[in-house]
Amino acid sequence: MTIRRRTAAAATAAVGAGLALPATAAAQEAVDPQEAIPALISELNSTWVIVAAVLVLFMQAGFLFLELGFSRGKNVGSGVAKILVNFSIATLVWWGLGFAIAFGGAGWLAGDSGFFLKFGSEIAAGSLVEGPVTGASAAFFLFQFAFCAVSLAIVWGTTLERTKFVAYVIFAVVFAGLIYPLIAHWGFGGGLFAEIGPGVQDFAGSSVVHLTGATAAFAALLLLGPRHGKYHGEPRRSRVIPGHSMPIFGLGVLILWIGWFGFNAGSTLGTSAERFAEVAVVTQLGAAAGVLGASLMVVLLTKKLDVGMAGNGAIAGLVAITAPSGYVEFYSAPIIGFVAGVIVVVAVLAIDRVLDDPVGALSAHGLAGIWGTLSCGLFTSPRLAEAVGVGQAGLFEGGGFAQLGAQAAAVVLTFLTVFVLSFATFAAIKATVGLRVSRDDEEAGLDITEHGMYGYPEQFIPAPELIGFGGPQAAARAHTAPVPTTQEVPAS
Amino acid sequence: MKKVEAFIRHEAFEPIRMELLSLGFPSLSIMEVKGSGRQKGITERYRGAELTNYLRPKVKIECVVSSGDVQTVVDTILKHARTGSIGDGKVFVLPVEEAYRIRTGESGEETLQAHTGVASQSINGSR
Repeated sequence: MTIRRRTAAAATAAVGAGLALPATAAAQEAVDPQEAIPALISELNSTWVIVAAVLVLFMQAGFLFLELGFSRGKNVGSGVAKILVNFSIATLVWWGLGFAIAFGGAGWLAGDSGFFLKFGSEIAAGSLVEGPVTGASAAFFLFQFAFCAVSLAIVWGTTLERTKFVAYVIFAVVFAGLIYPLIAHWGFGGGLFAEIGPGVQDFAGSSVVHLTGATAAFAALLLLGPRHGKYHGEPRRSRVIPGHSMPIFGLGVLILWIGWFGFNAGSTLGTSAERFAEVAVVTQLGAAAGVLGASLMVVLLTKKLDVGMAGNGAIAGLVAITAPSGYVEFYSAPIIGFVAGVIVVVAVLAIDRVLDDPVGALSAHGLAGIWGTLSCGLFTSPRLAEAVGVGQAGLFEGGGFAQLGAQAAAVVLTFLTVFVLSFATFAAIKATVGLRVSRDDEEAGLDITEHGMYGYPEQFIPAPELIGFGGPQAAARAHTAPVPTTQEVPAS
Repeated sequence: MKKVEAFIRHEAFEPIRMELLSLGFPSLSIMEVKGSGRQKGITERYRGAELTNYLRPKVKIECVVSSGDVQTVVDTILKHARTGSIGDGKVFVLPVEEAYRIRTGESGEETLQAHTGVASQSINGSR
């Protein structure tokens, strides 16, 4: 017992020494607190930023499961390939181009330094990471990339089950290289939005990330059209095309929910004054109220607690609380989340009559994103506006209409800019390589037509063919001894 | 009395069912089947290796109608199931000896009357 305790104490001391080592290395034996403490603070901040970045990167798994759950079984493999390839394209494009446009300077339109980011290279003054690129800037780079990847993932919510794979690839380059970085520069990088009225409050990106993604999704949907069989008859009636798995959808929602703590709380970009903990609580309150608002609303409208709507409510609550998460007191968060939950149910039901949005991205990310951005203009508290250093108090906190006006301007600017750029890009894709698969391919499913394999083979390949004695070749040599094969049968 | 068995593409089923319903033939069964014909198999790739499927999924419709109605039902199926490509399927007509309605115990042709009233009831599957 005593030995074990002594060992534990020794281990603790060793860990402590290890932690202190980088800071003390410069000072060798005599630790100079004047140097060591700022270094430790920077290291602690970067640690939190990297943890948060990884949480946000994990949200890709959330989007994956959410989309797969809402897709039919014949299109699930395609969804996996799409997320993996998009995520990777966005990484390289963000490194080469996107980061520089978003965070490479202080101009109102775009940044201009940090292309192909290199350790030690110089970032222009006015950037959040101005000066030579350090480890801390690398943490910031990764964190901001994760946001870009989230925004790109949102774009594809409306496009499931009928889009040509090549369209994903082309748009990913344009979106990660230009469209998202532009808006991120305006909202996060000190660009245009900082100059509107008292300055636009968007703590973690209800507009910058979510409205941007949803607006591009809207542009894509207008050019793509509904899935075959979604609408029929005269007058046109909408029909349900059920997704294949509610458990997978639910897992996606919860992964996104957990990832959101990196998204919002990480946007403090550090641990100073434990603000990140406060933001985390606000986030949880907003999300919970989103679930309850959506659940209540869907029960009132349809008399049943729809599983998908409860999940959409969580996402809407989270999206809405994203912009105000750093600006509102605890008591405002449930109100913002609840309203978002109500909005998402009404919007999903209304939009479904005219537009085929399989996962409800337009409602959960678009409309909830707009509501979240506007809600800063209503609920921002004077204490927190001062703490963050952007804008002023909202209408209900005694600040008047100025902040609400700035928020509305940001929404309009984001929507118009993203819509025009995205629509043009998708129109160009449609006119050249094409946006949509053929009717036959859509019928057969994207898994087999675009990727040559099934996501759920056992649903599509009869069991007798998997355990049998093979095709024509095996049959031809059947006069000798049939060779059992368990898997691969050569294509004649 | 005849039994109509049709092997068709999935997408042909809905138009066929809608039209049969409007003509007064709501009674049918379907099965999801897999089978082979002149349609080629499909080659799947699994992590780079090939796997050929010769059995393709089809829908099998079965319905028993009185002899005078057979042509109507067959024509409806042919009309909607034909795309002109290999893989459209086949229709078989078989003789049926006897039919009983379990609820009432009736037997014979009267158990297979066309139900012209049902078409006015709402066509389900849509909202």
